[in-house]
Amino acid sequence: MNWEEDEEKLLPSQRPEWSDVSPLPQDDGPNPVVPIAYKPEFAETMDYFRAVYRADERSPRALQLTHQAILLNPGNYTVWHFRRLILETLSKDLQQELDYVSKIAEKNSKNYQIWHHRRWLAEKLGPDAAGRELKFTEKILSGDAKNYHAWSHRQWVLQSLGGWDDELEYCHQLLEEDIFNNSAWNQRYFIITKSPLLGGLQAMRESEVKYTVAAILANPENESPWRYLRGLYKDDPKSWIHDPQVSTLCLKVLTSSGTNHVFALSTVLDLLSHGLQPSRELREAVDTLNPASSRLDSQENSSSTKDSLGNTICSVLEHADAMRVNYWRWRKSQLIV
Amino acid sequence: MGELAADKHVEYILSVEKRKDSVESAVMEHLRVNGAYWGLTTLDLLGDVVDSDEIIKWIMKCQHESVPSTWWKNMDDDDALCLQVVLLVMLAIQVLALFNKLNVLDVDKVSNFQILLDCKMKMDPFPETSGEKSIHVFCCVAALAITGALHYVDKDLLGWWLCERQVKSGGLNGRPEKLPDVCYSWWVLSSLTMIDRAHWISKEKLLKFILSCQDMENGGISDRPDDTVDIFHTYFGVAGLSFLEYPGVKAIDPAHALPVDVVDRIFFRQ
Repeated sequence: MNWEEDEEKLLPSQRPEWSDVSPLPQDDGPNPVVPIAYKPEFAETMDYFRAVYRADERSPRALQLTHQAILLNPGNYTVWHFRRLILETLSKDLQQELDYVSKIAEKNSKNYQIWHHRRWLAEKLGPDAAGRELKFTEKILSGDAKNYHAWSHRQWVLQSLGGWDDELEYCHQLLEEDIFNNSAWNQRYFIITKSPLLGGLQAMRESEVKYTVAAILANPENESPWRYLRGLYKDDPKSWIHDPQVSTLCLKVLTSSGTNHVFALSTVLDLLSHGLQPSRELREAVDTLNPASSRLDSQENSSSTKDSLGNTICSVLEHADAMRVNYWRWRKSQLIV
Repeated sequence: MGELAADKHVEYILSVEKRKDSVESAVMEHLRVNGAYWGLTTLDLLGDVVDSDEIIKWIMKCQHESVPSTWWKNMDDDDALCLQVVLLVMLAIQVLALFNKLNVLDVDKVSNFQILLDCKMKMDPFPETSGEKSIHVFCCVAALAITGALHYVDKDLLGWWLCERQVKSGGLNGRPEKLPDVCYSWWVLSSLTMIDRAHWISKEKLLKFILSCQDMENGGISDRPDDTVDIFHTYFGVAGLSFLEYPGVKAIDPAHALPVDVVDRIFFRQ
């Protein structure tokens, strides 16, 4: 690939090698509405691109032209598409092409076409490309830990090309740096459920619950591990409600003062809806949190004690999570059988 | 609470076009056509304060260089959850609806696609594979609203996920543990509005948040307080205020993202 700057500045009409080609102007129709006033260099480059694209000319000069078009607009899918056709026809070195797209990506880390091109290349290169792709996404994520394209690409690489060995450790590092990184929790879930090296969700549940409980106790206001914990019991609510670690965790959080209780309360409410038989300690912990005015309203109906606990939780949340007061009122209304 | 500095925002929008050498102008170079939509719709939402002569002058100047970008993704790709796909499906439905040509679509098939996407996102216990999650939701819900298929959506479940986007400051984020951003006043609030669950957030706190993102001296709205303003966030902030029924701001249609009177005019003509 020729990177010399002088070459890049010359337009096709200024190059002798393009003298045989008639540029094909864009057809905006007879009465274009708000026609776009393209810069001359853009219009000319695309006119020549249209000519070679129409002629399906898959030559080195056409490849160079796609590069110039990409510099003008890295989001033009048609150009990238045609570039791929040329790369195949000319049997170009795809590792070199990865170098190329890495350079273009430097200033375009959220461009769909670039990531798509990268995926196409990696797929062609096969499992050998896995290491490089994982390194590349790691680099992007070190600058932007939540870049969806990078995560999406990384997950695709793992599933299609492999490289699972160090992924859990990588996730762990990211969470050490920022325990609130929801993307890293998400990746952890992805690994636990999909990695061929780990045995699946049920096999990993025990150790993951311990890990998650520790994270929650350190920061009970952290939404991500609460969701993660719920996810560990996906499709198995019975295990979820019967696992003493879960209710013990909720009790611990609810009895800590000066702590955000919202997620713990919300979790207990969900547990109740799935059949949890609450302990006396849990009831007392919730009652303690109930503002005095609400206690006057709470029902002490023994035939629906589960509902009365749910009722109390909703009352507490109407105050503790006042922003969503209408939601909690609605949840309360759903408790009445 | 602060007030909406409508006059300042109008001035700001009209001035952006003039500042060609500014950083913002350069950054927005490839988004001129989009910028026209954001700017023009905002001006229209702000109703009475607009000088139509100024606008016409501005529109004529809007014939500027714009680099066209094609968003078509290879449909053979397994990753049908790409934002581009749902966005394109929604855009197609919006345009067809405005031209009264929804009949050219197999509406059931399209609705099923959007529903499947919506369902998948909700069934995923850890729905975090997309940074544009809230945008995905908006695209699906808008498409389903227009095709008359909203009854397939679990509004309670979706409403819950959406209302959880409101953080302490009153702003809305796009997904868990991310910072609030004024643009989610559109993506999240329009979705909540379409499924009738907008009352599940604190409107007052959101209002306060949006107003705190204004540049009261030079006009414009930013993504969050004290950041630099831009046309994109000015539009989404004003659109959000429209849902919150801020006095003086016209009503906006949550599915078409156009002022209600414009949508009515188009449909009435048919």
